[in-house]
Amino acid sequence: MIALVDCNNFYASCERVFNPALIGKPVVVLSSNDGCIIARSNEAKAIGIKMGEPLFKCAPLIKLHNVHVFSSNFTLYGDMSSRVMQTLESFTESMEIYSIDEAFIKLGGHAPDTLADYGQAIGARVRQWTGLPISIGIAPTKTLAKIANKIAKTDPRHNGVFIIHTDSDYRTLLEQTPVNDIWGIGRRITVSLCKYGITNALQLINQPDEWIRKKLTIMGLRTVWELRGISCIHLHEQPDPKQSIACTRSFGNTVSSKESLQEAVSLYVCRAAAKVRAQGSAVCAMQIFITTSRFNREDYYYNSTTIELATPTDYTPTLIAHARKAVSNLFREGYRYKKAGVIMLQLVDKDQLQTHMFDTVHRNQQQDELMQAIDTINGKWGRDTVHSLATGLKRQWTARCSLRSARFTTSWDELLKIKN
Amino acid sequence: MKITYHPLDSGIIITHAAPIVAATALSLPILLESIPAGFPSPAENFVDRSLDLNEYLVSHPAATFFIKVEGDSMIGAGISSGDILIVDRAQEAAHDKIVVAHINGEFTIKRLKLINETIFLMPENPKYRPIQITEEMSFEVWGVVTFVIHTVR
Repeated sequence: MIALVDCNNFYASCERVFNPALIGKPVVVLSSNDGCIIARSNEAKAIGIKMGEPLFKCAPLIKLHNVHVFSSNFTLYGDMSSRVMQTLESFTESMEIYSIDEAFIKLGGHAPDTLADYGQAIGARVRQWTGLPISIGIAPTKTLAKIANKIAKTDPRHNGVFIIHTDSDYRTLLEQTPVNDIWGIGRRITVSLCKYGITNALQLINQPDEWIRKKLTIMGLRTVWELRGISCIHLHEQPDPKQSIACTRSFGNTVSSKESLQEAVSLYVCRAAAKVRAQGSAVCAMQIFITTSRFNREDYYYNSTTIELATPTDYTPTLIAHARKAVSNLFREGYRYKKAGVIMLQLVDKDQLQTHMFDTVHRNQQQDELMQAIDTINGKWGRDTVHSLATGLKRQWTARCSLRSARFTTSWDELLKIKN
Repeated sequence: MKITYHPLDSGIIITHAAPIVAATALSLPILLESIPAGFPSPAENFVDRSLDLNEYLVSHPAATFFIKVEGDSMIGAGISSGDILIVDRAQEAAHDKIVVAHINGEFTIKRLKLINETIFLMPENPKYRPIQITEEMSFEVWGVVTFVIHTVR
């Protein structure tokens, strides 16, 4: 059997672990620039705050219900996530970390009637060790485990654990599952299935394989088989290397100078390049974009450019030099820019690179050593310990995060303080 | 310390100092056996391995948190203001353990006592009063204090 473990309202729950005054109160967490709601406690959901809603739109609700608002604290959430994953590891030999707050784990060798207790034991340990509440869906396939998880989360009668046994009758469950709630079925497919009168999972699995393959491709057929209880999507214990890596951010305040834009874009290049190196890749092309706020229709400007590199590289200074030139070309005087981004494209395996005939091996080796040294230092002492001067010193354009809680678990200066 | 390199010439310059965040593990070599009198031995036989303080102080890394104390209500238990506590959430709270708990949304550190099925949180400083946990209070044990890191001045 496969279990999908998912932390409930993860970011909001992390805030609560270190601030028990928030228990039972509505809590929301904002996106990286304090722009939109990205997490809500159950209480915040109940008063009608929507996921993804811009902060200014729900400001009246927040004031009326005295909602506790936090800037996102990804340092804290990342550390709490790894604690959850470490705790889960003690229950399984095989685990796929699916996102910051979700993991698939393999449960082997449990008698069917003991699974519910085992699920409860997992939930209790994660809750005790990390303080975070989780929901667990257990089923023979990943797609069904997702459905089971949703039931575990929404129906309090199951106390956070729900199991789908495919040898007993689970057709009612499928009938109650709308097509767009199925893992792997997107909005486009939902619309096209709707045209054939297929709106729930039961209707979908009753279609002949040939028809499904024609309409939904082989990927859709896999999903349907999974819904029928045949496992087709296996656990990925090692994530596949990414095909592209992006770093895009909104600014705290709008930026109108070319120099500030160049600084910001240089910083994003640094961040993305470090990730490129971490997965052993090199970049063949790099896309840069700058844009004003999309809410401001009158003075809207967006432009982007893609740079093809003669030699694939992972060397930050080279990438920064290209990026600065690109920004200089894209920049138009008189606009208030709100956001910029870098997308590293066509990533290739660095080990299999053919060296460019004009580049000396010696120079490449020196560059590799410099990048390795910087990545090691930043890995140990915190990112930005060593950074390119091109990324700026004051960085007045950086995102707002005025409501961020302390980095309780990763910084000696910010430990939880208890007055005693 | 913040070090900055310039992208074009790669020359490294130091721009400004910033606090260092955290090291991962510090290991110190120690002598695991004492030298038997009158029995000479080559010194390298005694350097057995390196010691990692984490191994001694942290049994459950995923469940261990560091907390800073402000105040003197537990001074009798050797917990002074400014100390850092090592708190293990994997340990079961029990009678006589020092715990981090929260009462009505506020954290406190006290010794847990179970007397006739009533929970008390006991300070270890005569200036403070015991707290009796009643039905109306929201109360939860957050973790068990396992070690105190105290800077000797």
